[in-house]
Amino acid sequence: MTFDRVGTSLNRSSDSSPVPPTSNYNQSSPAQSDAAFSDASDKIHMVEIRTLKKSYALKPVLRGINLDVRQGERVALLGANGAGKTTLLRILACLTRPDRGTVFILGLDSVQQAQQVRALIGFVAHQPYLYPELTALENLLFFARMYAVKQGRERAVTLLQRVGLERRMHERVGTFSRGQVQRLAWARALLHSPRLLLLDEPDTGLDQQGHELVNALLTEHVEQSGSVLFTTHQLERVLPLAGRVVILGAGRVVFTGETANVDLDALQRTYQRATV
Amino acid sequence: MSTARTFLTQIAAILAKDIRSELRSKQTWISMGMFALLVLVIFNFAFDLRVDNKAAVVPGALWVAFIFASRRGLGRTIAAEQDGGSLDRLLLCPVDRKAIYLAKLLGNLLFIGVVEIVALPIFAALFDVPLFVGQLIPIVLLGTLGVATIGTLFSVMAAATRARELLLPLLVFPLIVPIVIAAVRATGSLLVPGGANEPPWLGLIIAFDIIFLSLATLLFQYVIEE
Repeated sequence: MTFDRVGTSLNRSSDSSPVPPTSNYNQSSPAQSDAAFSDASDKIHMVEIRTLKKSYALKPVLRGINLDVRQGERVALLGANGAGKTTLLRILACLTRPDRGTVFILGLDSVQQAQQVRALIGFVAHQPYLYPELTALENLLFFARMYAVKQGRERAVTLLQRVGLERRMHERVGTFSRGQVQRLAWARALLHSPRLLLLDEPDTGLDQQGHELVNALLTEHVEQSGSVLFTTHQLERVLPLAGRVVILGAGRVVFTGETANVDLDALQRTYQRATV
Repeated sequence: MSTARTFLTQIAAILAKDIRSELRSKQTWISMGMFALLVLVIFNFAFDLRVDNKAAVVPGALWVAFIFASRRGLGRTIAAEQDGGSLDRLLLCPVDRKAIYLAKLLGNLLFIGVVEIVALPIFAALFDVPLFVGQLIPIVLLGTLGVATIGTLFSVMAAATRARELLLPLLVFPLIVPIVIAAVRATGSLLVPGGANEPPWLGLIIAFDIIFLSLATLLFQYVIEE
């Protein structure tokens, strides 16, 4: 993807033209585009979103989103505040019902088969989704029972060690720092070995070591054929984490492109142009 | 794991989590208990109890204490879920929404039940009423079940709004009126020597419990999801 060609590669979708996302999957030179497309299309569709619309109190938030995420893909979802990123992630996590359109996760309808879909998804959001009165271990054991995780205690302890909280596993979450809470939120999200990770600004509150941990966890997840869709406002975090960028503007996909061979300046220019 | 076993495991997990949280925060039990005891003491000193007016006054005092104390508890259990993040914590999980409702209902019943276990002997002592007279315990249990059934459902609706403290009583009290009337009347009939359960107030409470429990279990998933 040549991000500095943004002037010509920007693709603004509209409500009336529900273009399948594969058509704007890669907007570089034809040779590059074909190669990238054929490589990606060999993989299983983890997420298929078609003409997705959502409004709150008559105010449209999503205006016809089309997007695919393939198995093993890491996609960064960018956009200004109010662009619809969080709403899109909440719909994918089956926390919010779409008004129109369809969302399939590994072929399962996120509305009709929400229970099965929930078991496939790990979600790290602004809120940690933890219980402050419970200890770190108790929190993970509770969610292990909710997700019917086999050998839940062993899995919980392993993850607590993985996120560096093994020494505090018997302490209440209410006494944790923001960064420690975020690490535990990661452990919660990974507890049931989800196929799709949805991350809404997953670096919140994390220090440099925390960032490295996130990088490692994402790499491990993708190596195990998982997929990742994450939002962030830190563009410098996009290039090491994502293989593809999707930019939302006013509830529409206004840009998609691969991050290979792209530097931060090009990404910033693209982002600024796309979110104007 | 079978579906039924998973369902029961999830109910048990949510209930155990709520009990553990409450034992650590102690917010609900203490406020409910103090409120119930305060009402009983005030009523005891406010009324000049005699043998001929006991049946008219005592049931009212008992149920005012229980209803208002339980209203505090009903608001807390769901509000506690909202305060620490939101109900999304539970809704993210692949859990049958009926399991969430039944776990929350059992939690509310437990919290209210503990308060009633403490308050009933004090009530019996203050109002000179035999604790194990007739069907007092079943009436209290079934009346509490009806109140908790409706309260649990509507506390979720109220918790989603900013005016939850105002909205919860507005939603709940009109619906529990039949149960409260039946419970007060049934309790009163126990205090009259040779008093008959006419009309069958206890049967009325049971009927309301069944209707409300069925409806609330079915409606909860629509109420709880956005």
